[in-house]
Amino acid sequence: MKCQKCDKQATFHITDLVDGKPNELHLCEECAGAFLAPSPEDANEMLPAMAGLLAQHLAVGETAEDLARLDQRSCPVCGITFLEFRKQGRLGCPHDYVNFAAELEPLLLNIHGETRHVGKVPKYCASGAEQQTQLIRLRREMKEAIAAEEYEQASLLRDQIREIERSREPHGEE
Amino acid sequence: MDFSQLDLHELAKTSGEWLRGSGPESDIVISSRIRLARNLADFPFISRATDTDRAEIGKILRSRIETLHEQGKFKGHLIYVDVSSLEAVDRLFLVERQLISREHAEAEGARAVLIDQREQTSVMINEEDHLRIQVLKSGLDLSSAWEQINDLDDLIEARVTYAYHDHFGYLTACPTNVGTGLRCSVMVHLPALVLTRQIDKVFRSLQKINLAVRGLYGEGSQAQGDFYQISNQVTLGQSEEELIKKVADVVPVLIDYERKARDFLIRESQETLHDRVSRAYGILRTAQTISSEETMHLLSSLRMGVNLGLIRDVAIPTVNKLFVHTQPAHLQKLTGMELDTSDRNIERAAYLRRHLSGDGAGATHN
Ligand SMILES: [Zn+2]
Ligand SMILES: [Zn+2]
Repeated sequence: MKCQKCDKQATFHITDLVDGKPNELHLCEECAGAFLAPSPEDANEMLPAMAGLLAQHLAVGETAEDLARLDQRSCPVCGITFLEFRKQGRLGCPHDYVNFAAELEPLLLNIHGETRHVGKVPKYCASGAEQQTQLIRLRREMKEAIAAEEYEQASLLRDQIREIERSREPHGEE
Repeated sequence: MDFSQLDLHELAKTSGEWLRGSGPESDIVISSRIRLARNLADFPFISRATDTDRAEIGKILRSRIETLHEQGKFKGHLIYVDVSSLEAVDRLFLVERQLISREHAEAEGARAVLIDQREQTSVMINEEDHLRIQVLKSGLDLSSAWEQINDLDDLIEARVTYAYHDHFGYLTACPTNVGTGLRCSVMVHLPALVLTRQIDKVFRSLQKINLAVRGLYGEGSQAQGDFYQISNQVTLGQSEEELIKKVADVVPVLIDYERKARDFLIRESQETLHDRVSRAYGILRTAQTISSEETMHLLSSLRMGVNLGLIRDVAIPTVNKLFVHTQPAHLQKLTGMELDTSDRNIERAAYLRRHLSGDGAGATHN
C-alpha cells in the first residue's frame, strides 16, 4: 500500500478520530511523524519561561526610571542586584525573599496565584533561619576584613559567626 | 553486598524497583515521583555560591545524612556518589536511571547524589538548590511516596537549618519552586491517545487546571515512546497534600481516557492494531541496527500489545526494562565499552534480539 501523502510505502496505519468518527490513514514513516507531531504552537504553550514571566510582570506599571533604579538595588547579604536576578531568573540567597519582597510578591502571584505558604513548617528553628542567613554576610565581611588586614574587625566578626554557628548544632538528638 | 560504594557496572545489570511493572494501574502508570527542594539557611543559593561554599555545603549535608544510618533512623541505606568525579557516561547512566536530573549531570563544580540501594530514594546535593530529595515508586502510589519523603525530610531537617520564611515557606533559588518546594509527577504511557490523536486535547485540558506535561527524560514536549509526566506547576499557597491530590485526582481520568481509546482501537480496527503491534515486535526481534528513537517507538507499540493480550510471550517488566537498558549509557555500561552512535545501534539491535528471542527465554532473564 502506498502512503496517502507521498509515493513511499505506507507502514503506519493511523486511526484518526474526526468528530468522533474513525478515519483510517495510511502513511509512510516520515509523513506519519509529521502528522502525529504536536504543532509548534502546542509546544510553546507547554511551559512559560521564567524570563518571560518576569518581563511580563515588570513591564506593567513601571517606568523606565523606576525599573533602572530597581535594577540597581542589591541584597546586603549576598550582593545580587535585581538586574542580575532578572537576567538569570535565580535568586542569590534566602534573604532576597525579604530584601526584594515587594517586587517578588506580584511575581509570585503571577506564578502561583497565591503569595502565602500554607504547607509544612519545619519542626525546629523555623524562626532562626533568617538569623542563620546573616552568616552569609558575616563570613563575606570577615573575608573582606582579612583581605584589608583589619584583623581586629575580623576577629570580632569571627566571634559573632561562632556564636550563631553554635545555635546551628543538630537538634533533636535525644 | 558492599554498601559503602555504588558499583555502577553491577547496577546496570539490574533495574530499579520503579520498573518492576507492579503497583496500582501499572499497565498505564509507570511510576510516581515526588521531589522536595530545600536549601541551607546559612549559605548562598547555588548561582552565587563559591567553590568553597559548594564544597562546604556538600560536606555538611553528606555527614548529616550519613549519621541517619548510624542512628538507624532511616530505613534502607543511602550510598554517596560524587557526581563531579564521574565519567560522562556514568553521569548519563544515572540520568537514564532517573536518579539524577540532566541538569545535575551536565553542571560543573562540586555536586553529589545519595542513592538508596532499592533506587527509590535519591538526594541530589548542589543541584539548582542545595538539596533535591526524590522518592520514586512503581505504579500510581503518590501517597506512600509522600509519606516516605516527608519522613526523610523530617530526619534531615532535625540536623540542619533549612532556609524558611513564615510568609513564603521553604525558600528556593527559583521563585517557581518556593513554598512547599514540592513537585509531584506521575509517568503515564498513553499510546492509544497518541494513536487516536486525542493527546493534544487532553494536554490542553491539563494545562487549563495548571498541571504541566512533559515527555520522558526531560523538558522537551515531544515524548519518547508515548511516555508523559504529569506534574503540578504551582508550589505556593496550597498544602503538600492538596498539591498531591490535584495530580492524583486527574490520573484516573487519564487512565480512563487511555483505556477507552484502547477499547475503541480494538473494536474499530483490531486487525490494523494487531498488525501494527506484531510488526513492531517483529522488527524489535530481527533488526540488525536500530536507533534509540525507533526502539522507543516500537517498544511503545509492543507494550500496548502485551497489555491488550495481543502479544503473549513477553512480560511487562521485560518491556519496561528494555526501555531503559537500550538507552545510550546503559548499553555502554552493559557491554563495558565506549560505543559511537552506529556501534550503539548495532549493539542495541543485538541486545533486543537476545531479550526478545522467540525461544521463550525472553520473558525473564536479565
Ligand atoms: Zn509519505
Ligand atoms: Zn541575597
